[in-house]
Amino acid sequence: LSLIPGGLDCSISFVSHVLGKVCVHGRQKEILGVLVPHLTELTKSDCIWQRICWRLVECVPERWMEAVVLGFVQKAPGADVLSRLLGNLVVKNKKAQFVVTQKMLLLQYGHTTVVLQNLLGYLSLDSLRRALLLRVLQELLETWGSSSAVKHSPPEQQLYISKAILICLSHLKEPEIESCRQELLTSMMAGVKCHLDSSLPQLRRLGMVVAESISSRINTEGPVLKFEYEEDDETRELKSLLVQTPPVCVVPSLPDDDSSKKAGAALPSVPESNKKSQTAPPVMPDEESDAELDSDDDLVPYDMSEDKELKIKAPVYIRDCIEVLTGSEDVDKWEATVKALESLIRSNPAATREVSVELAKILLHLEEKTCIEGFVDLRQRAQVAVLTTDPIPVSKYLTSQFYSLNYSLRQRMDILDVLVLAAQELSCPKFHGKPKHSDAQKPRIQLLPGSDSSKDWRRIVDERIKSKTRRFATGQCHVEPASTPNQFSSVAGHFFFPLIQHFDRPLTTFDLLGEDHLILGRLVHTLAVLMYLAVNTVAVTAMGKALLEFVWTLRFHVDSYVRQGLLSCISSLLLSVPAELLLADMAEELLETQSWLGDVVEKDPDGDCRRLALQNLLLMENLKKKLEAVPS
Amino acid sequence: MALPPPDPQFVLRGTSAAIHTLHFSCGGQEPDIPVLFSGSENGFIHVWNLKTHRVDTALDGHGRKSVYCVETVGGKDRLLSQGRDQRICLWDLAEGRTSVTDSVFTEHVGFCRCSLGKVAQGRWLVATAAKGLEEVQVLELPSKTSVCTLKPEVGAKLGMPMCLKLWQLSCGSQPLLLAGYEDGSVVLWNVTMGKALSQLVCHQEPVMSLDFDSEKAKGISGSSEKVLRIWSLNEQQNLQVYKTHELVNAGISDITIRPDKKILATAGWDHRIRIFGWKKLKPLAVLDYHTATVHCVSFSDHRNPCERLLAAGSKDHRISVWSIYPQT
Repeated sequence: LSLIPGGLDCSISFVSHVLGKVCVHGRQKEILGVLVPHLTELTKSDCIWQRICWRLVECVPERWMEAVVLGFVQKAPGADVLSRLLGNLVVKNKKAQFVVTQKMLLLQYGHTTVVLQNLLGYLSLDSLRRALLLRVLQELLETWGSSSAVKHSPPEQQLYISKAILICLSHLKEPEIESCRQELLTSMMAGVKCHLDSSLPQLRRLGMVVAESISSRINTEGPVLKFEYEEDDETRELKSLLVQTPPVCVVPSLPDDDSSKKAGAALPSVPESNKKSQTAPPVMPDEESDAELDSDDDLVPYDMSEDKELKIKAPVYIRDCIEVLTGSEDVDKWEATVKALESLIRSNPAATREVSVELAKILLHLEEKTCIEGFVDLRQRAQVAVLTTDPIPVSKYLTSQFYSLNYSLRQRMDILDVLVLAAQELSCPKFHGKPKHSDAQKPRIQLLPGSDSSKDWRRIVDERIKSKTRRFATGQCHVEPASTPNQFSSVAGHFFFPLIQHFDRPLTTFDLLGEDHLILGRLVHTLAVLMYLAVNTVAVTAMGKALLEFVWTLRFHVDSYVRQGLLSCISSLLLSVPAELLLADMAEELLETQSWLGDVVEKDPDGDCRRLALQNLLLMENLKKKLEAVPS
Repeated sequence: MALPPPDPQFVLRGTSAAIHTLHFSCGGQEPDIPVLFSGSENGFIHVWNLKTHRVDTALDGHGRKSVYCVETVGGKDRLLSQGRDQRICLWDLAEGRTSVTDSVFTEHVGFCRCSLGKVAQGRWLVATAAKGLEEVQVLELPSKTSVCTLKPEVGAKLGMPMCLKLWQLSCGSQPLLLAGYEDGSVVLWNVTMGKALSQLVCHQEPVMSLDFDSEKAKGISGSSEKVLRIWSLNEQQNLQVYKTHELVNAGISDITIRPDKKILATAGWDHRIRIFGWKKLKPLAVLDYHTATVHCVSFSDHRNPCERLLAAGSKDHRISVWSIYPQT
């Protein structure tokens, strides 16, 4: 490319043509890999070369412009370089403008963060282009804030758009923000609502981070919006985008205080208890042993061996506990009772069975009277203990309450969690008497209660699938525990069927098929786990049939969390129901399900759903092979 | 072999409400009867006859709102009381009267006990928490004129004042005030100039109570945590931590040092009264009688040392009176 510099009015349109043709054939990387470094060097200080470069790109024919611009944006090492190379191309050329402001930001989402930085930085570097920057920001916010986009677009695209928004924000100067403050505020409010409505925690977090950032930019004085969420790599990366270290631009850097708190949600939730424990160090030693020689000697100490830590005695009988929990004004006793309740229940099963439903009722409605550490956990453990001690009546009560009026979302989710934990305990013999949530012998099955249990169900199913699809099953030898009859077998149906019965009957405050899709998602996941735990029980086939029908009616649900749950249900079903019974009773339904799964794999916008569907198809394939392999 | 802790010498019953404050007045000569004043949650101040162990008079001056501070103003005929009706009342009790002669409307809605200090014959200073959140007001009695208002600097974030102690190095010198605040610090103020001289962070939780020994320039403070902090005042009027003592159970409502500076008593949330030697804070006794939080402790001012008493008022409506280490 050794053109004659200086003064001559060469026509470089030929070069542009060549460039364009090469790029459109997909060879951007090769040619620009050579071209861009050269041009970077040359245009660094030489204005003439800059103008030559600009002419070069401007002369590229329309039909090849997109490929060239795309290539340049991806190849340029920095926003300022891009600015030197492209000049005001985006302002002059309509196609280039479309590519940069619309296509790369809104229609594609595969570009890296660096490319985004370069692109938006390029837009911010020139006053003519800044108007475009503002327009871009507005369009990005519109997309970010539209509820249909949040529901239907893949999480990766939403992450991309959020990054773009944050980078734009970082480039904007004070007067520009002033001018569009109102619009920013409105878009933020609308957007935050859609994001927090979503069932996927990742999307909720994205919404929170972006809203916080917008709020901190538009309210530089006064209180800013602050959410509680768990910090992780993604949020840290996003927040770092707000701070620019540019050579040219003056961008105020924001002190992001990194508060690490527990994952909260915008749902009505039981307030977490804070620290106030009454545990103390051991007894103060008897002071008579030391003999200090001072004028205090004539003061002889008394015996202080009785001076111990103050402990409030908890009641010893279950009925006394009920009394304390329902009526007592004595808060110390109430606290001691709550702490001791679980062990009392487990050590007095006969007494508990007499009052089990009453106790379950009290526990479901129990609210924190004082600040105890781990109140939620204590309550849940007590509930699980009651449920495992007397499964049938208590499960009847709990499942009926799940569908009753006047419960909060949190309470309904608690019911589901308790059912799952109790089911796990009943189906695993070694859990008897010691409800530990992680077991050394079976590390793959860890059901951790928590607000984000969806990941765990998937993990369990994944691991089980993994263990089944591998032909060489080594490392599986664990000491077989002493075998006892599966206690879950007799009660599995009582846990499962009432939950599945009334899901389509809306109540005044609770509509599973309507707004409360988060609960629906949790319910579906719970059913998946119950199905999984029902392996080798008598009711498993009936459960499987009912579950299959349930999944079929809901298979087109809009919420991706619900769909993930439905796919987990299918996995559990395929794993738990014995293959012969599957074929005998549900062959047709399974074929229909298979075609549905194929659809999901191809068309579902959510990556996790596609993966789960694929796994299910694999499981079905394996089952078929297994059945064909058996000669009878 | 250490002796088991003593039992109370006697117990005063009959207030039918939690007792928040106690004050002895036993310094008079015969035939003056030694009395104990107690302020209760039901708004009454009871005057207990320590010979008959019965209530002589009941004073009702705070509109049935809890009385949390009682002190005599130079003799048992004049009484000062502070209650949750935001008032400080001055009583005239001579010759059987029971009337409120004067009152100050402090507009303080908290629980900070006021502190009384004599500056000259017939002239007293009373330091009390005032209307402003972090302010302490110092008034002169009986004129009720304001001497100064002690405001921490802006941004100090000390919180409410929780306990106060007025003192002077010697009669006639400048009055100083020690104030414990909600954020756990103790501040030394110069009242005449209205300036803070020194500040020390003693606790992580609010300072519940403090007492000061002006002879040894050493003080002690207790809070809702498990430590007692002893601090000293050096020549430059700076507060420094001297010692820390760990308690078995958390929570101290009141601390008081005996007038002879030999022992001190603490009232605990764990229902127990603890006695320590003041010199080295050697634990001496744990008096376990009450069945609910002990709100206040007070030593008597008997002239005869053998008659000295310690009284403790508790939420269980009882006042226990002890004779402990009387002979030193």
